[in-house]
Amino acid sequence: MILSNLESKWAGFLDHDVTYSFLHSPTAIIAAIITVSFFILSFGAPFITSYTPFDPGSLDLMDGFIPPAWTSDGVAEHLLGTDGQGRDILAAIFYGTQVSLTVGLLSVVLSISIGIPLGIIAGYFGGITDTAIMRVADVQLTIPPILIALMIDGVARTVFTHSLHEVVAIPVLIVSIGIASWPQYARISRSGAMVERKKDYIAAAQLIQTPTYLILIRHIVPNVFGPTLIVATIGVAVAIIIEATLSFLGVGVPPTAPSLGTLIRIGNDFVFSGEWWITFFPAFTLVLLVLSVNLIGDWLRDTFNPKLR
Amino acid sequence: MISFTIKRLFQSVLVMLFVALLSFFLFNFVGDPISNMVGQETSHAEMDELRDRLGLNDPFIVKFGRFLGDAVQGKFGISYRLQRPVDELIVERMPATLELVFLSAVIATVLGVLGGLVTGLKPHSWFSKFILTGSLLGVSLPTFVIGILLIYIFAVTLNWLPSFGRGEVVDIGGWRTGFATVSGWKALILPAITLALYQMTLILRIIRSEMLEVLRTDFIKFARARGLKRWDINFGHALRNTLIPVITVTGLQVGSLIAFSIITETVFQWPGMGSLFIQGVQFADVPVMSAYLVLVALFFVTINLIVDLLYFVVDPRLRSDLKGGH
Repeated sequence: MILSNLESKWAGFLDHDVTYSFLHSPTAIIAAIITVSFFILSFGAPFITSYTPFDPGSLDLMDGFIPPAWTSDGVAEHLLGTDGQGRDILAAIFYGTQVSLTVGLLSVVLSISIGIPLGIIAGYFGGITDTAIMRVADVQLTIPPILIALMIDGVARTVFTHSLHEVVAIPVLIVSIGIASWPQYARISRSGAMVERKKDYIAAAQLIQTPTYLILIRHIVPNVFGPTLIVATIGVAVAIIIEATLSFLGVGVPPTAPSLGTLIRIGNDFVFSGEWWITFFPAFTLVLLVLSVNLIGDWLRDTFNPKLR
Repeated sequence: MISFTIKRLFQSVLVMLFVALLSFFLFNFVGDPISNMVGQETSHAEMDELRDRLGLNDPFIVKFGRFLGDAVQGKFGISYRLQRPVDELIVERMPATLELVFLSAVIATVLGVLGGLVTGLKPHSWFSKFILTGSLLGVSLPTFVIGILLIYIFAVTLNWLPSFGRGEVVDIGGWRTGFATVSGWKALILPAITLALYQMTLILRIIRSEMLEVLRTDFIKFARARGLKRWDINFGHALRNTLIPVITVTGLQVGSLIAFSIITETVFQWPGMGSLFIQGVQFADVPVMSAYLVLVALFFVTINLIVDLLYFVVDPRLRSDLKGGH
C-alpha cells in the first residue's frame, strides 16, 4: 500500500512539467551535476582528501611551489600543485568552496528572512507602511550591495579587536551580505502580496475573522515563496561573488580559514613570478561554481515564469 | 516639471542628510582609532593629547555640528593613518578614479547598447547566440578575476601593457591626467576594460530584452504593415520606446562603476579613491571611510536626479501626465 503510493508519487514526479523541462535541458542537467558535485566535494572534504591545508603543523615548506602533476616538475601526490607554504591546491579548493558555499547560502537565507516579511507587510497593508518600507528599499537599491557589505564589514572591523575579528569574520560577512541584498526580495514578495490581497479567498478569510497574522502566514507566504526562491538561486551566485570579492580585497574571511576569494588573493602575488596555478585553479573553480548556479537560476526562471525570459 | 524637480531635489537632500548622519554615527561611536595609530610603548598621557588634537574628546552635539559644517565645505578631518587632511587626499586621488570611470562608462555604454541592439533585432543569428553565451560568462566572472586574467595575458605573458599604476601623468591646473601621454593611455586600457565588462553585460541584456518586448507590440506590427522603412521602425519607434529602462540602468551602472572601481583599483594598484578607501577600511581610518561614504552617496544621488529628469526629455507621455494629472 505504502509502496504503491510511493510509486504513484514517483510516476507523478516523472510526469511533471518541471521534470520534463529539466530532463530536456542539457544545460540544466550539467549545471545541476556540477553544483551537486561541488557540494559533495566541499562538505565531504575531510573524507575525500587526507590533506589538512589549514593546519600549519601538517605543512612542509619543502613542498612549496610544486606545479600541477601533468607538468614536467609536478608530482602525483599534488594533482593541482602546491602554494608557497606547501599547501595542496586541490584540498585548499575543497575547503575554500565549503566556506564560499556556506557564506553564499546563509547570507541569502538572511536576505530572504528580512526581505519576505517586510515585502509582505508592505504589500498587504499598503499605505504609509508600504511607503516607509519601500522608500528605504529604493534608497538601498541605488547603492550596489558590494559597497554596503564593504561598509558594514568595515564597521565590524573597527568594533571587534583584531584577534576577535578572525573568529567572527564569517558571521560578519554573512550578516553584511545578507543585509546588503534584502530589498530585491522585498520587492518581489511585495508585488506578490499585492496581487493575493485582492483575491476572493483572502476576503473570505477576513470575513470569518481569521487573525491577520494567520492570513499572512498561511495564505500569503506560500504564494510569494516560490517566485522569491527562484530569484534567490541567482542571489546565491551573486552572494558568492560578493564574498569572493571582499575576501580578495582583504576584508573578507581571514587567511586562517580561506574561501575561494582568499585563495585567489594569496595566489595573485605569485602571478608575476610565473606560479600561475596557485591563483588559476581557485579562480576557475569560482567561475565554474557561479556559472553553474547562474545557469540553474536561469533555467528555473524560464521554467516557472516564461514571461520573464 | 518644476514642482517635480523641487520635490526630487528635496528628497535628494533628505537622503544626503541621512547618509551624513549615518556616516557620523557609525564612525563616531565605533572603535578606538587611537589604539590603531600608536605603538605599544605610547603612554596614556600621550594618547590623551593625541585624542585632544584630533578632537575625539568633544561632546556629541559639538562633534555632529562640526561634522555637518565641515562636510558641506568638503572637510572631513585628518586621516588617522596618513595624518593628512582627508579632502586633500581625496582631491589628489580623484582624477585617477574619474578618468578610469569615465572611460569605462563610455566603453560599457557604447558596446552594451550596440550589442543589445544587435542581439535584440536578430535574436536567432549565430552572432547573437555567441554574444549571449559570452554575456552569461561575463556575469559569472567576478571583476577581480577578469583583472587577474587580463594582467596574466597582456602584462605577464605578452608584455604589451603595464599591470599597475597610471603611467606618466601630466599636471594640468592641479588635475593630474593620464590622457595626455602614451604611457598614460596604455596604463588605462586594462583597468578600463576590466571595470567596463560587467556593466556592459548588464546594459546589453537589458537593451536586448526591452527590444524583444517592444518589437512584439502591436504598434510595431502596424508600422511594419504600413510599409515603413525597417531603419525607421527599429530606431525611430522601437529603440525610442526602450530608452526609459535603458537610461535607468545605464545611470545606475555608472554609479556602480564608482563602487566597482574599488576592486579594479586594488587589482591594478591604481592610485585612486577606491584604493584609498579600501586601505581606510583595513586600518579603520574613520575620516577616510566617512568622507568616501558621503562622497559616493552624493554621486549616486546626483546621478539618480539626472536620470529622473532625463525621463521627461525622452518620454513626452510623462510631461502631459504631470500637466493634467492634478
